[in-house]
Amino acid sequence: MHTFAELMIVLIILLDMALAVTGSLSSCIRLVAAQGVVAGLLPLLAAGGATHTRALVFAAVIITLKGVVFPWLLLRARDRSGARKDVEPLISYPASILLCLGAFIASSWLGSRLPLPESGVAWTVPASLATIFTGFLLITTRSKAITQVLGYLVIENGIYIFGLALFVEQPMLVELAILLDVFVAVFVMGIAIFHISREFDHIDTAELSELNDWRRGEYGK
Amino acid sequence: MEIVKPFCQYLAAMTLAPLLPGIVNRVKAFFAGRRGQPVLQLYFDLYKLLNKTPVYSRTATWVFRAGPVAGVSALVMALLLLPFAGRPSFLSFEGDFIFLIYLLGLARFATVLAALDTGSAFEGMGASREMQFAVFAEPAFFLGLAALVRVSGQTSLAGIFGALTPETWRQAAPVLALLTASFFIVLLAENSRVPADDPNTHLELTMIHEVMVLDHSGPDLAYILYGAALKLWLFAALIACMVLPRHSGSWAADAGLFLLVMAGVAAAVGIVESVMARLRLTKVPYMLITAFAFSALALIFQMGR
Repeated sequence: MHTFAELMIVLIILLDMALAVTGSLSSCIRLVAAQGVVAGLLPLLAAGGATHTRALVFAAVIITLKGVVFPWLLLRARDRSGARKDVEPLISYPASILLCLGAFIASSWLGSRLPLPESGVAWTVPASLATIFTGFLLITTRSKAITQVLGYLVIENGIYIFGLALFVEQPMLVELAILLDVFVAVFVMGIAIFHISREFDHIDTAELSELNDWRRGEYGK
Repeated sequence: MEIVKPFCQYLAAMTLAPLLPGIVNRVKAFFAGRRGQPVLQLYFDLYKLLNKTPVYSRTATWVFRAGPVAGVSALVMALLLLPFAGRPSFLSFEGDFIFLIYLLGLARFATVLAALDTGSAFEGMGASREMQFAVFAEPAFFLGLAALVRVSGQTSLAGIFGALTPETWRQAAPVLALLTASFFIVLLAENSRVPADDPNTHLELTMIHEVMVLDHSGPDLAYILYGAALKLWLFAALIACMVLPRHSGSWAADAGLFLLVMAGVAAAVGIVESVMARLRLTKVPYMLITAFAFSALALIFQMGR
């Protein structure tokens, strides 16, 4: 069972890399959803056989939320804001890959130094830290507002996996509270993006930094 | 007895290698709805070419003539090191995987020198591309082999693949899966298969490997084609040994299963060629960097185990 869990961890890191380099918005959203589903499956595999109904229900809730509801909300926000264009990263493909690898190496070093309880599955902590880093990378290297929401979701995935390292089964209440926060955040950001795009005709954050009047005519088109 | 079986395996690899391109072509033809060339086409081609008189340009020197011979002999040598179905290889010593990488480098170097010696602009272009992609492919391959060394604790190729058992797969499945993916990408790039290069196109501007050998003819071309088949066999055998870590008692069963997996790898190459378009030339390094990332991840995973 643990081999499966480790395969899932590898899958999460590969998804991190794919996220760091992908240029199309819809595949970004799908990759984040896939990562959420994989992260949701992890506690079931890490528990090794004996799973409670509670854990099953909880995993089901997470997978539905991260795999169905969030992508749906985000795709809707994308369609409404008209941000159909690609979100090419500001840094090149090799640089993104190397940054991800470097992040993974740094987080495995950090993971070996942290005084954490021994969890059954190897590489949980490095993978979670690398995922959090990828979230930051996503926020900083893309210029669309919607990818910032995606980066936030990736960070949440990382925190969720990090929680796995501490407890195989997390306290339900804590996790549900986090989920609710994220849900509200995605919802609010979706609305905010919609309003920004209605106001300025685009959601490119690089453009948002200069609100000069003389460019107004350009935006009004 | 200890020398006979490895030698038989070596001979089998040498004679069966030209079958793989035939299988790839048949799979591609099947996907395109054609019947395709006979599986033995490369044997016919080699026979035909060996009976021809080579033509040499007046500007070419001995480097041009030595290139194909040096290339094919380096690969024939490299095949000596290669284990067959996880059985001991003909020649094996500690650290011979580094020797294997350098033999492959030597073969590439000979081909590139011969291409540059013709003085043709096209061949120089192909040579430069070949070297450019090698810069990305070799670290991926090297790191992958290093990770395999870490997994098995052995430093000879025969030892590495001899030590791989189903138990290893159970323990280190993520590492081995990453390495298989990485080696497959390296196989595609090193053998100029589709996402990196199209073996069927004969347009000099887009070719990589083919453009380097345009001026070779007769037996020289036969050496190059045979060398390419050996190289494909070599990479396919590494993958086959990795995904098939089963050592049953019987030699015949092992060898038969191994050959079946080799045909499977060739079929996979054919399927990839049929369903994928060629990557843009500037995107090929990206693919190889991905392979490098797979290998590096596998190595990091194995180191921290």
